Amino acid sequence: MTNPNPPSGSPDKEPATEAQAAQNTLGNTERAESATTPTQPAPDRKPSLGQLFLDNLWAANTFTVTLLSLVLAAIVGAVLMIISDPDVLATYSYITARPSDAINSSWTLVSEAYGNLFKGSVFDPDAVGFQAAMSPISETLTYTAPLVFTGLSVALAFRGGLFNIGAQGQATMGVILAALAGFLLPLPPGLHLLVAVLAGALGGAIWGFIPGILKARTGAHEVINTIMLNYIAVYFLTWLILQRGVQDPNRTDAISRPVDASAQLPRLFGDNLRAHAGILLAILATWAVAWLLNRSTLGFELRAVGANPDAARTAGISVTRTYVLIMVFAGVLAGLGGSNMVLGTTASALTPLVVAQIGFDGILVALLGRVKPWGVALAALLFGALQAGGNRMQSYSGISLELVTVLQALIVIFIAAPALVKAIFQLRAARAARLQTSLAKGW
Amino acid sequence: MSTMAVPEVAVAPVDEGFWTRTRKAGAVLLALGLLGAVLFGTLATDQQARFTLSEDAAGAALEVNGTLGAILFGVVTIAAGAGVLAGLPKRWFTLVLGVGLVAFVLSFLCWQVSAAPAGQNFMPLVNIIRGTFILALPLIFGALAGVLCERSGVVNVAIEGQLLMGAFSGALFGSISGNVWVGLVAAAVGGAFISLLLAVFAIRYLVDQVVMGIVLNLLAVGVTGFLYERLMQTDAQRYNSAPRFSNWEIPLLSDIPVLGPALFRGNIFLYLGLLLVLVIHIALFRTRWGLRTRSVGEHPTAADTLGVRVLGVRYRNVLLAGLVAGIGGASYTLALYSFTKNMIGGKGFIALAALIFGRWSPTGALLAALFFGFADQLATYLGAINSVIPSQFLAMLPYLATILAVAGLVGKVRAPAADGKPYIKG
Repeated sequence: MTNPNPPSGSPDKEPATEAQAAQNTLGNTERAESATTPTQPAPDRKPSLGQLFLDNLWAANTFTVTLLSLVLAAIVGAVLMIISDPDVLATYSYITARPSDAINSSWTLVSEAYGNLFKGSVFDPDAVGFQAAMSPISETLTYTAPLVFTGLSVALAFRGGLFNIGAQGQATMGVILAALAGFLLPLPPGLHLLVAVLAGALGGAIWGFIPGILKARTGAHEVINTIMLNYIAVYFLTWLILQRGVQDPNRTDAISRPVDASAQLPRLFGDNLRAHAGILLAILATWAVAWLLNRSTLGFELRAVGANPDAARTAGISVTRTYVLIMVFAGVLAGLGGSNMVLGTTASALTPLVVAQIGFDGILVALLGRVKPWGVALAALLFGALQAGGNRMQSYSGISLELVTVLQALIVIFIAAPALVKAIFQLRAARAARLQTSLAKGW
Repeated sequence: MSTMAVPEVAVAPVDEGFWTRTRKAGAVLLALGLLGAVLFGTLATDQQARFTLSEDAAGAALEVNGTLGAILFGVVTIAAGAGVLAGLPKRWFTLVLGVGLVAFVLSFLCWQVSAAPAGQNFMPLVNIIRGTFILALPLIFGALAGVLCERSGVVNVAIEGQLLMGAFSGALFGSISGNVWVGLVAAAVGGAFISLLLAVFAIRYLVDQVVMGIVLNLLAVGVTGFLYERLMQTDAQRYNSAPRFSNWEIPLLSDIPVLGPALFRGNIFLYLGLLLVLVIHIALFRTRWGLRTRSVGEHPTAADTLGVRVLGVRYRNVLLAGLVAGIGGASYTLALYSFTKNMIGGKGFIALAALIFGRWSPTGALLAALFFGFADQLATYLGAINSVIPSQFLAMLPYLATILAVAGLVGKVRAPAADGKPYIKG
């Protein structure tokens, strides 16, 4: 908890008293983790495992807060569903006379919607046969893969003290180069796929390099620059699609030629299920990032710079070089996420909306995953499931897919403010407090 | 708390040497001038480029031969660049820079207008100016919301969400009540609702303000999109047919040639926007409230020592910002269009760019917003005359300009010192 810029008389106040630090379980997060495990006074007698479990169950630890955030988000989502349904709302006008009507109709509406969310993402009990049973999982994995990449991109930059809002733009450049390599280069199968995937990574790397070098050389804030680069990438994409050689010659609207079959990621569970090899790449990437962060020299330097750039510089780490590398790596990851969108099964040609929201969702995923690689992968799985289930909810219950966006945003809001969740549910303070996901900093 | 300010110490101490910022600007201007005189001059045709003082081809016009104009204005830019390079007195720098850039734009226009298909070699100035202001309006409101927030030390990335929520609740409650004024108030409250969330989470729960802004944008997109599909799409008559403000002609002023019809026959939002720029400018730099706001944004500890309630000022300013942005959102739904999903479409982020490009000052934000609005309007115009310049590249202009600005190429851009840093009384 060192103050990064003491001479300026900065307003960053350290918690003055121990009491405040204790009362605020959102004490220290990443720092605590990179430091040693919190020293605990030697207990007089060893509590049993079961006792420990019960103690921690209702404490403000990561797991409980995450779970309760999901619950809170689901409750708000249910309220939104009810107040936007005129039929159900009508039953509330006579709630004092017949409360059962209001409760029953609300329950039917909400349980059906969330039921479909579950059936569309995890398991449908009515499904018959292997294919139908696997279909929800396959959908979930399809939506998960790109989110893992963009989530890792944001998380990696976070650990280095940079806020990469540009995953969206980096993914856009990734999607562009991956698609171009996919339909312009005449290469044999296998090699073609490899080149296309790497092209996507290159696109992201270029788009990450720009804010990185600007930050290192001129101090220009990466948040501003990455936001701006997001939009530049989108406009570049919409322009590029309409160019000759790129646009599908048989179409007049904004769509490019399709990617060659030789450059497409193979499907995992047969031709009728959409899950593709992107999810394997995602797992590989998660492992690689975990290794990079925790086992490599670069990862150590990165975390040191993220924790305190001044101290890192004093220790002889080149902060500027690290900033550039962080952004390039973040760009590579986001670019890979982008290539997933066009080489996988979600789309096979460029359209203005081909990247969807994966970059912005990646920010949420990174926060939900507590900016740790495997946490990010799990968070991406949850978001992928919400997306997949949301599709079914939309078609079966008529609940707009936008509800998923609301749920995702709410989950992250609650995660980001553990003190709020703790207050609502009267949680005990956790033993090892490492809940804060936020890295408060200015422009 | 574990604030992780990444200070600007990453800046390598720049040894300026011969290439001072002024000289760089001069060199860039010189290059632009050459580009205009040579390239635009060659590409322009011998057609007369007419800048008509009306809404169509008719009426009085400023005319110039296309080739001649392109070269002439290019030469003006060259002269300005040379002047800057040669070392003009500092106080003329801004003026000469401005003249050079305007001449470059004119050179470009001479080429474009003269190269337009036959019969379309004119640019209706009234339309262009009016369009510029209309397109700049949400940016002005959004950037003002940013000024209010960030001057007190709270980063406002949620402008997009505030505009969107304002547009939505203006449309919804305007439709239900059938009254524009109810809609306007509802829009302001809608924007303030997003602001309230930002304030509570950023100030009370110390959540990273940029994170919160991004998440709130998504939340606003989700909530408005959800309710749009559930309510407005099923019963547009009832929920999405808000009455609209009519245009008000301001007597006398509306008779000014060109500017009159372009600006003084607009709707309430145009006047309100311009008025707010003035009010906020004066309030920020001439009143007690403004001094407190700025001090809280620059050095909250010092302000606190002097008895300013830091958190109170921040809450108030963030909420005010929401009101302003909400009204900005209503400038869509209560004047121009009915609500559609995600109708703000990134304008909030251009407003953020305008705020930064305008260096966190109300008047700067206004000028930046007008510049971005002009770029937008120009893209429409060039599309109409089948220009060779792709409209997408013009659309990139605001974003590119902002990157150049923060990279220090256009001058020093500095945020309020405590912007984005939570204050914990201690």
